Amino acid sequence: MIATLQQYLQFPFVRYALAVGTLIALCSSLLGVTLVLKRFSFIGDGLSHVAFGAMAIAGVLHITNDMLFVMPVTVLCAVLLLRGGRGAKVKGDAAVAMISVGALAIGYLLLNLFSASSNLSGDVCASLFGSTSILTLTQAEVWLCAGLSVAVVALFIFYYNRIFAVTFDEDFARAVGTAADGYNLLIAVVIAVIIVLAMNLVGSLLISALIIFPALSAMRLFRSFKGVTVCSAALSVACALVGMLISIVGGTPVGSTIVAADIAAFIICAAIERFRH
Amino acid sequence: MALITCRDLALGYDSHAIVEHLSFAVNAGDYLCVVGENGSGKSTLMRTLLGLQRPLGGEIVLGDGLRPSEIGYLPQQTAIQRDFPATVREIVLSGCQARVGRRPFYGRAEKALAGENLARMGMSALQNRCYRELSGGQQQRVLLARALCATQKLLLLDEPVAGLDPDATAELYALIERLNREGVTLIMVSHDLAAANRYANRILRIGDGRGAMTEVRS
Repeated sequence: MIATLQQYLQFPFVRYALAVGTLIALCSSLLGVTLVLKRFSFIGDGLSHVAFGAMAIAGVLHITNDMLFVMPVTVLCAVLLLRGGRGAKVKGDAAVAMISVGALAIGYLLLNLFSASSNLSGDVCASLFGSTSILTLTQAEVWLCAGLSVAVVALFIFYYNRIFAVTFDEDFARAVGTAADGYNLLIAVVIAVIIVLAMNLVGSLLISALIIFPALSAMRLFRSFKGVTVCSAALSVACALVGMLISIVGGTPVGSTIVAADIAAFIICAAIERFRH
Repeated sequence: MALITCRDLALGYDSHAIVEHLSFAVNAGDYLCVVGENGSGKSTLMRTLLGLQRPLGGEIVLGDGLRPSEIGYLPQQTAIQRDFPATVREIVLSGCQARVGRRPFYGRAEKALAGENLARMGMSALQNRCYRELSGGQQQRVLLARALCATQKLLLLDEPVAGLDPDATAELYALIERLNREGVTLIMVSHDLAAANRYANRILRIGDGRGAMTEVRS
């Protein structure tokens, strides 16, 4: 088994995939705690469907580096969803549901009408469940992914205390002069970036799992915000690595193997919590 | 000059006024109690004073060099906070967020201030405990310490004893009274008329769309 692994690791694209996958897992776990606690997890789910629709449009328009198109569209939708939250006729989760299923339907429709590909259901399956897209990234996409991941981690560390304050008590933060709206916007934009990145790793349907499972697992074990954040990042990276290695050796789909590893980690953490009490 | 002067305030949501023609002043050292029934506009007044929403009419003037960010706040607990994984220390430190300006992290001065206010609230021993595992009274003290990190001048307390048992209630009232004697100006929204009569030096009654101020003692 180790021999097989060594053989695969000689290919540069496998090493790229492992590195990029680890970075993506790291940044997707960081905002998980905030999303879960702010009851924003559904926004992440909705945005991943938007990203699918945008990817379909990019495919139809024959845009070669589709991330350059998908990213701005998803970020824009994140901003609109957050802005629309107040004062809109259609409120919160209903708006998210509308946009997300709408994007899914339109995306699939466009693909069916205009796609030149001979294997349409294969393409759709790949963007929904990731399949092997992490292994087929071009050099440019690898650098884009790596750069954005590093930027997300740096932003998170820089604004860590503000994000904590706005998550714990938005009204208090606002009252003492913290620009809570600005930070909510920052959180939404970062989530959109993470979702587009993670789409390469696990596909658009499984992204929420990557964001939410590590945070929920870490919340079983730790009691401080810092502890939960660090633990969730570590768990996410470990699960992504284990998942990717298993999928390389066993030939299983990358995305669902990683999510299965995340689920296993959650069950173990929940069991440890039970055992302690 | 008064810390806060409100002139002919109209409060409410979406151009629907709940209270109108509300005029009062809060002086340094006051312990002002705002009483009234549910829906009378107490919380709306609170949110307006904090700058979380705009008044529909009239004006709020801050005096004595009080800046808007120097109004501390003890909010009612939200559902999010009840299962929030954070230590007491992390939460109290977050009261210093206005002090750090553009710096990303809390420095030595902020950490010392947080420690001081924890001690003032008698919570030093519990500083590494998880917030959600504390009793209701302890949680309120943590949030008071956080508010004190934001300001030493003026605190707005929104139903501080809601949901506390009688012992914890008495303890918290004593603590709040001590803060007032130490020079912190207080505005407290409350249902508890008995406590208002006992502790406050002035009472603002809100009801039927208007407010009336009573001096209890000076």
